[in-house]
Amino acid sequence: MKGTDAIAEAAIQAGCRCYFGYPITPQNEIPEYMSRRMDEVGGVFLQGESEIASINMVHGAAATGARAMTSSSSPGISLKQEGLSFLAAQEIPAVIVNIVRGGPGLGNIAPSQGDYYQATRGGGHGDYRMPVFAPASIQELYDITMESFDIADIYRTPVMIIGDGMMGQMMEPIVKHAQPPADLPPKDYILTGAQGRPSRILRSLILHPPEMEEHNWKLKRKYDLMRQTLPRHEEYMIDDAKMVVVAYGTAARIAKGAVKRARAEGLKVGLMRPITLWPFPDEAVAAIAKKAKLFLVFEMSTGQMIDDVKLAMSGGVECEFYGRPGGVVPAPQEIQRIIERHWLQKEL
Amino acid sequence: MLQKIMMSGIGGQGILFSGICIAWAAMEEGQYVTYLPSYGAEMRGGITSCTIALSDEEIASPVASSPDYLVIMDNQSLLRLQNQTVSGGEVFINSNMVTDRPVRGDIEVLEIPVNDIAKNSVGIRYANMVMLGAFVGRTRLVKPVTILDNMAAILGKGKDRFKAANIEALKAGIDYFSQGGGRA
Amino acid sequence: MKKIFGRPASLKANPFHYCPGCGHSILHRLVAEVIDEMDIRGHTIGIPPAGCAVLAYNYFDVDMVESAHGRGCAIATGVKRARPDCLVFTYQGDGDISAIGTAETLHAANRGELITSIFVNNAVYGMTGGQMAPTTMLGQKTSTSPYGRRAKVEGYPLKITDLIANLPGAAYVVRTSLATPAKVNATKKAIRKGFEIQRQGLGYALIEVLSPCPTNWKLSSVESFKYLEDVMEKEFVPGVLKDITKEKA
Repeated sequence: MKGTDAIAEAAIQAGCRCYFGYPITPQNEIPEYMSRRMDEVGGVFLQGESEIASINMVHGAAATGARAMTSSSSPGISLKQEGLSFLAAQEIPAVIVNIVRGGPGLGNIAPSQGDYYQATRGGGHGDYRMPVFAPASIQELYDITMESFDIADIYRTPVMIIGDGMMGQMMEPIVKHAQPPADLPPKDYILTGAQGRPSRILRSLILHPPEMEEHNWKLKRKYDLMRQTLPRHEEYMIDDAKMVVVAYGTAARIAKGAVKRARAEGLKVGLMRPITLWPFPDEAVAAIAKKAKLFLVFEMSTGQMIDDVKLAMSGGVECEFYGRPGGVVPAPQEIQRIIERHWLQKEL
Repeated sequence: MLQKIMMSGIGGQGILFSGICIAWAAMEEGQYVTYLPSYGAEMRGGITSCTIALSDEEIASPVASSPDYLVIMDNQSLLRLQNQTVSGGEVFINSNMVTDRPVRGDIEVLEIPVNDIAKNSVGIRYANMVMLGAFVGRTRLVKPVTILDNMAAILGKGKDRFKAANIEALKAGIDYFSQGGGRA
Repeated sequence: MKKIFGRPASLKANPFHYCPGCGHSILHRLVAEVIDEMDIRGHTIGIPPAGCAVLAYNYFDVDMVESAHGRGCAIATGVKRARPDCLVFTYQGDGDISAIGTAETLHAANRGELITSIFVNNAVYGMTGGQMAPTTMLGQKTSTSPYGRRAKVEGYPLKITDLIANLPGAAYVVRTSLATPAKVNATKKAIRKGFEIQRQGLGYALIEVLSPCPTNWKLSSVESFKYLEDVMEKEFVPGVLKDITKEKA
């Protein structure tokens, strides 16, 4: 199945019945798929007049309790930032997919990881956080998209899924499945018309600073809970690794190939793959830092996740960086070379 | 073992569909497989290509910087891609449309007049299937029968009317080399 | 004694915070009365603006979701598409609906979204201190057009209502005024019709209401109502710009 189709179908399986989006390469297949599929399941598909309109339509639909979703690519995600802030502030669940492309500016349509800061450092204004997932295979894209709707509902939060142009276009075999059961809280905040109950307000304007402060702390407590329950990562050949490559998404796939090759040459290298970019699996990184001698962070950007790796390690271990921004997709052999170079230079 | 195939031709020649056939068959056979299309800027008449990676273990990168196999349907594709082939790789050429020939001496060149074969069979529109048949018939990277058996599923809803012709064209290509079909 | 006047059930008992002479106080009441009369309080979802009426949910006793500035019609679209059984209205100022929200408003109208927009036009940005609005008139002084609006530099007052009346998706487009009691009554009738049109599934309804802003016009309340009649109504002419029910006949 194709990455973009996997996202759309997983959403449908998860009960998403409202999709609002705007065309932008390389994710046009998602609105196109939804435009056909939503009709089949009696859902709502609407191509908004802009990415801004789309995120606000998601907001409206989700405010009534519907599972709603939008997707876009980097520049469109920039436009949605106000909407994300509002969703977080009003604690409205929604799923937002970013198929990252080269940037900044108009950039290109090639795969990139340049939106890490935008996604994890709350691209929108205000003191909010947002769970961000970075799948590395089509199966993971499917599974995580499906699960993200539950996570959004459980925590009453927008959730972002980061793919890239390659993952969107790539096809891989996957095993489709139904939504696993989840323990969801009652939706006692949604707007359905105040018949038979007091009227409800969904708002984020809190003029009185002490009240606003309490709202901010309330959100923080929620985020702290997410920090405990949501971090996810994958470890590959970590146990005896002296050098650990840290990468996510497509970069992690490539790095895994490189690590395999390096291992075949006898180098004790491993791979740590964050699956959640926020909350970042910093405990896992800290644990690995106790045994490894060197971290090599590989990103398809000029270096954004590396900040989080360093923060997690608190400077305990040396941290090197290798990046290929702009939509260039390096081959595993290239990363293998870099691994070997560092191995030799640091006399590991 | 990891094998990478790159197929390239003019948009509209059915390159992507051929790629999906291979990927689908590999999936059915339980291989690890990735399929990655790439489009030129133009909607029509530009080069379309796809990369299929097959392996018995997880595939790190769906991109092929040096493919093991090239399937070339038009001349521009040959000129663009021939130098990327891995040393010792195999290049399958549509001899009806590709006027140049690879200059490298370290790759194996296999020529098939797929347009002619298609014309004599179900029609020139199915030249891509003839090429696909010849390719899998020769390389056995997937079993030709897997593609034949799954053609309906690969075509998907509403495209059943192409099934018979596709299968016919595939068969015309599958036995091409075993029946003594040409080389460079 | 028979009770002939009281607070509508759809208005909460909170005293309004609006300035003396502000049109919101009148308009909120009219909307609430219509909701009461149509007995739809339990099925109504409203979207307030960014602007003086941002706290409209402190007054309207219906389900309400706050909107980012200008996005009301997009949020309303999402709400209505997900809950077509509810009556959905936006309550927006001139900047909300026709500056930052131009695209969302126009396209909602173009799609014939079954929502009703109440457009409060006071030719100025009230909440933020009296800056120029899309509907500010030529020569009108505001805090960002201190020399009076000049066509060459700042363009012309935007009559979005007139533009929307041309769209096939718009079913009922009307401009009213709060200048006199009679016009206030006409406004209420227009709001009622705007909600009926939605219920009948005929298309997008837009009710532009010329409303006073004494504070930013720097006029007294009494002068403001005169300004509405003498100045604003000359530029923004009240009337029915489109009524699909009349066309069908």
